[in-house]
Amino acid sequence: MLQFLVRRLIVAILVAATVMTLAFILTRLSGDLAISIAGPNATQADVEAVRKAYGLDRPLTVQFFDWVGRAATGDLGESYFFKTKVSKLIGERMPITITLGLTGLVIALVVSLPLGILAAVRENTVLDRVVQMVALLGQAMPSFWLGLILMITLGLQLGWLPISGTGSWQHYVMPGIVLAFSAIPAITRLTRAGMIQAMGSDYIRTARAKGLSRASILLKHALRNAAIPVVAIAAVQLGFMLGGSIVIEQVFALHGVGFLAWESIGKNDFPVVQAVVLVLAVIYVALTMLADLMNAVLDPRLRGP
Amino acid sequence: MSALLEVDRLEVNFGGRVSAVRGASVTVERGETHCLVGESGCGKSVTALAVMNLLARGARRSAKRLAFEGQDLTGLSDAGMAQLRGNAMAMIFQEPMTSLNPAYTVGSQMTEVLRRHKKTSQRAATDRAADLLARVGITAPGLRLGQFPHQLSGGLRQRVMIAMALMCDPKLLIADEPTTALDVTVQAQILRLLAGLQRDLGLGMLLITHDLGIVARVAHRVSVMYAGEVVESAPTAELFANPKHPYTQGLLRCVPVPGKIKRDEPLGSIPGTVPRIGPGFEGCAFRERCDFADATCIHTIPRHAASAAHDFLCRLPA
Repeated sequence: MLQFLVRRLIVAILVAATVMTLAFILTRLSGDLAISIAGPNATQADVEAVRKAYGLDRPLTVQFFDWVGRAATGDLGESYFFKTKVSKLIGERMPITITLGLTGLVIALVVSLPLGILAAVRENTVLDRVVQMVALLGQAMPSFWLGLILMITLGLQLGWLPISGTGSWQHYVMPGIVLAFSAIPAITRLTRAGMIQAMGSDYIRTARAKGLSRASILLKHALRNAAIPVVAIAAVQLGFMLGGSIVIEQVFALHGVGFLAWESIGKNDFPVVQAVVLVLAVIYVALTMLADLMNAVLDPRLRGP
Repeated sequence: MSALLEVDRLEVNFGGRVSAVRGASVTVERGETHCLVGESGCGKSVTALAVMNLLARGARRSAKRLAFEGQDLTGLSDAGMAQLRGNAMAMIFQEPMTSLNPAYTVGSQMTEVLRRHKKTSQRAATDRAADLLARVGITAPGLRLGQFPHQLSGGLRQRVMIAMALMCDPKLLIADEPTTALDVTVQAQILRLLAGLQRDLGLGMLLITHDLGIVARVAHRVSVMYAGEVVESAPTAELFANPKHPYTQGLLRCVPVPGKIKRDEPLGSIPGTVPRIGPGFEGCAFRERCDFADATCIHTIPRHAASAAHDFLCRLPA
């Protein structure tokens, strides 16, 4: 178990290093930073002054290792645009994105676990087909479109939910539903497949031969085994939701990390862009590690002999 | 008093096309080991699963009579049947490696069946589980209770399955080829264990096997199945001494008996395989492989009695 953790940690560090390199290179490829910071009316002297002030006159390798070195100690630099610490900026925005992501995940699980179990229990019936159709439909729907449709119906026509901002928990419901829709198809299908496999297994026959209740057979004996791939996919989906909520945060005017990234890209605010990419990558790796740990709890065979 | 298990003219078919069991009748008396023998695909496992109502979805079961301790099972609800299963009637399977849930400890899987059927504390259930593990020859039962199935060998897992089946003091134990998947040395141990438990606990046991050696050692009564029918049923000694059905005779010729068979003499075999039989089939299902078959074998075959306890399904006279 310890060996497993150490191995995962090394992988995590490698992923972080790769992401940092890529983020650094890609932001530098997008143009001369000093010109855009100095603004359209700046003189050549202004640009040079900016370049010097932000340390952009140094060789790229020096800039890179300076950034990596600081990041390793938790210093993500200062935003060119907001003139504040990047870590403070991200710290302020992160709760919104995490709330949104967790809302999306919870909605997705609440919908897709029962649907998947139901489809598995009624395998190859009309109900099963309907569930699979709905899942397919969910996958095919663009999230911004679904977001707008929800805003029009639930928000404007019915007036049940606020359509933008972050003032109350109600503000997270609609964007949460939209995010959940992107995860529901995969989780439903995996739950269904896992449950069908589990229900056809010898140990479920044993459970039935023991005269256990249907609830115990389904939820205790089958779901525990079917949940293992579901946990893995749920972690990946949460990662997608946290990193990929840019569109949703735009549509619903939620000022989370995705919104911050979008703003910063537009303003060539490199330290922020780099830091957001790095933080999201680290969260992603941490989530997959968490999923592995949860699976080791679910399946004793993964804990080693 | 009625027999422990009565199965009369059991029919099982899958999707209305394949008839896996065609009018099989088996009676298990209290405290008796009744062996069901036959080739792969003859319907012996399906018969056992049908008794327990554990057939896969899509299988249809019907019987003239299917009763446990005189209680009709065909009309019983799923919940009513679940109350009997694991309780008064228990079953163990051919696949010890996969029959235990990998996610739960031995102890948790053993105690849950007792607590489902009887009012006991977790403590008392754990004690009983430990006692039974010791009873089936497992050393350090306390340690085993906390282990997961993947930490045990196949033989140990089958012992756990047996102990688990005994948790609620069943009257009937159905054992579906319980030794087939095990090493030969372990097979003998498990068989001896089952025979000992049957005798000591006065279990009625329906033992399914294709191994006539097992039959000779443990069975009180034998029913030979072929293509979904019981073609011959007799007390063990009588069946071995005086087999009536050509299929039974063929089966017995396939088994080497020291002293009876000469060195270098080829062992018998029955050519061909068990036919797959659809609905509406008439006559003797064995006729294609039978040395004695003639034109009359396409007609419905009457059941003959060779003696009070011995009957068979063949046009040939007793």
